[in-house]
Amino acid sequence: MSSLATIGGPVGLPHFLVLAGILFAIAVAGIFLNRKNVILILMCIELMLLAVNFNFVAFSRWLGDLDGQVFVFFILTVAAAESAIGLAILVVLFRERKSINVENLDTMRG
Amino acid sequence: MNTTPVAGAADFALVAPEIFLLCAACAILLIDLWLPQRLRQVTYLLSLVALVVSAVLVAGLPGERMTAFGGTWISDPVAKLLKLVTCGTVAAVFLYSRDYLLARGLFRGEYFVLGLFATLGIFVMVSSGSLLTMYMGIELLALSQYALVAFDRDSPVAAESAMKYFVLGAIASGALLYGISIIYGVTGTFDLDELAAGLDGSAATNVGLLFGLAFLMAGIAFKFGAVPFHMWVPDVYHGAPTSVTLFLGAAPKLAYFALALRVLAEGLGSAVQAWQDMLIVLAVLSLVVGNLVAVAQTNLKRMLAYSTISNVGFILLGILAGTPDGYRAALFYVVTYVIMAVGSFAMIVALSRRGFEADRIDDFRGLAQKSPWFAWMMLFLMVSTAGVPPFVGFFAKLYVLQAIVDVGFVWLAGVAVLFSVVGAFYYLRIVKVMFFDEPAPGLAVSASGSFRFLLSVNALAVLALGLFSGALLDAINRALP
Repeated sequence: MSSLATIGGPVGLPHFLVLAGILFAIAVAGIFLNRKNVILILMCIELMLLAVNFNFVAFSRWLGDLDGQVFVFFILTVAAAESAIGLAILVVLFRERKSINVENLDTMRG
Repeated sequence: MNTTPVAGAADFALVAPEIFLLCAACAILLIDLWLPQRLRQVTYLLSLVALVVSAVLVAGLPGERMTAFGGTWISDPVAKLLKLVTCGTVAAVFLYSRDYLLARGLFRGEYFVLGLFATLGIFVMVSSGSLLTMYMGIELLALSQYALVAFDRDSPVAAESAMKYFVLGAIASGALLYGISIIYGVTGTFDLDELAAGLDGSAATNVGLLFGLAFLMAGIAFKFGAVPFHMWVPDVYHGAPTSVTLFLGAAPKLAYFALALRVLAEGLGSAVQAWQDMLIVLAVLSLVVGNLVAVAQTNLKRMLAYSTISNVGFILLGILAGTPDGYRAALFYVVTYVIMAVGSFAMIVALSRRGFEADRIDDFRGLAQKSPWFAWMMLFLMVSTAGVPPFVGFFAKLYVLQAIVDVGFVWLAGVAVLFSVVGAFYYLRIVKVMFFDEPAPGLAVSASGSFRFLLSVNALAVLALGLFSGALLDAINRALP
């Protein structure tokens, strides 16, 4: 168990947690701010899962427990399946609309 | 997971239903590939057989709580009950969907195979003993559902609603995972039993744990469709083919209940103070928004979607009581809700025919004159969902209210009753439209004999379970002692 790093000291757990938190926030902001392209949303989803992986690996190393790294392998696999399904839905959407613009995804109201 | 998990025959015996279901779904996928379109019925029948055999295997599991694979798998009476109800619900959904899919050229093997994989996901969630198993179950269920919603490739709205569902569902998974990672960092374990053993009364004030819990709760609320994480529910219910809405609206609720029960009640039980407050906010908002917005809907599928949201509020009320009585009440509620939801969506399927979706409330005008039997069945379902005695929906609401009054939340019970009255308005409006309005042009029930039979059984079960609610209550008391 490595100690918490001080300012200017070696890279420690807080640095990784902050980095993962920033990446996660960027991903969520990217999904909600982006008004142009659905592919960008898929990229943001991927970024979000990778940010979480950062957390798991950092904690796993800090705790000296391998379970967290095992979890990461599962997340990576699921993320691959998830983007496959996301891209498949995107293809169906494009055939239907001839566009992958986020602003066109608002035909249902109520 | 400190013990070295060595998997033995005893472990595999406890996952026999899941192993069978996985093999069956893979085999059916392959068989379906070689079948000509005219023999597609074989896929349908094989899927039903797979569900029946899984149910038989589940029924053969031991009646006491047992763990397998180093604690990552739990086999207990709740899991058994939820799996049996899931098998029954999915089988009913397949039976209801057959004619609908045939009439639209959607009668393809994918529907049934994806349905079976989603069922497997539900099974895994229901039995998970660790957050990792839970995550795998959630994703298996979610990925199958995304594909099911996009299943009608020619529909102008299905792809759009699938995309919305996918994006919001992925955010939910992300939030859930972020919460899990923080909880792992704080406690150092994924195992729910170890989590429960490692936390004590101070857990509710542990800032790190609360931070993780907030994300976890957002993920759970997203999956359940609780306000303010409900945006996807109406669009997905509306946009998906009705046979898929039938699926989404029913069986997965059992799995999300299991998610809340396992993670919150079993794993984080000592942090009850912390998640109770979050659940109160979610439950009250769901009751208020669900019931009020449902009043304004003209599309029946959207109305039922908002009705789902308000019912989720009730399920959460039962869970937030944090007592065994509360969990039992929530379990009772979720089981009865699933029965009523399947019946209500099946009525839309019954009135739909090729090129026409009977998903507007106006499409039910004067149903009592055209086919009085179905109008009465719909009346049973609506009145029961509204919570009128002696139907089972009344008892479900009653037990939940009892449970929360017992722990001192009288004001919450008051809010729930008030908004149930608002809810009664839009359920009874359907009844009024069916019985007192002039018939809509071209209105007819074009369902096969087996469909009519199943729907009648479904609607009458709502009455029978209400009259003999003690029997269901006994089963639930045995499952959650």
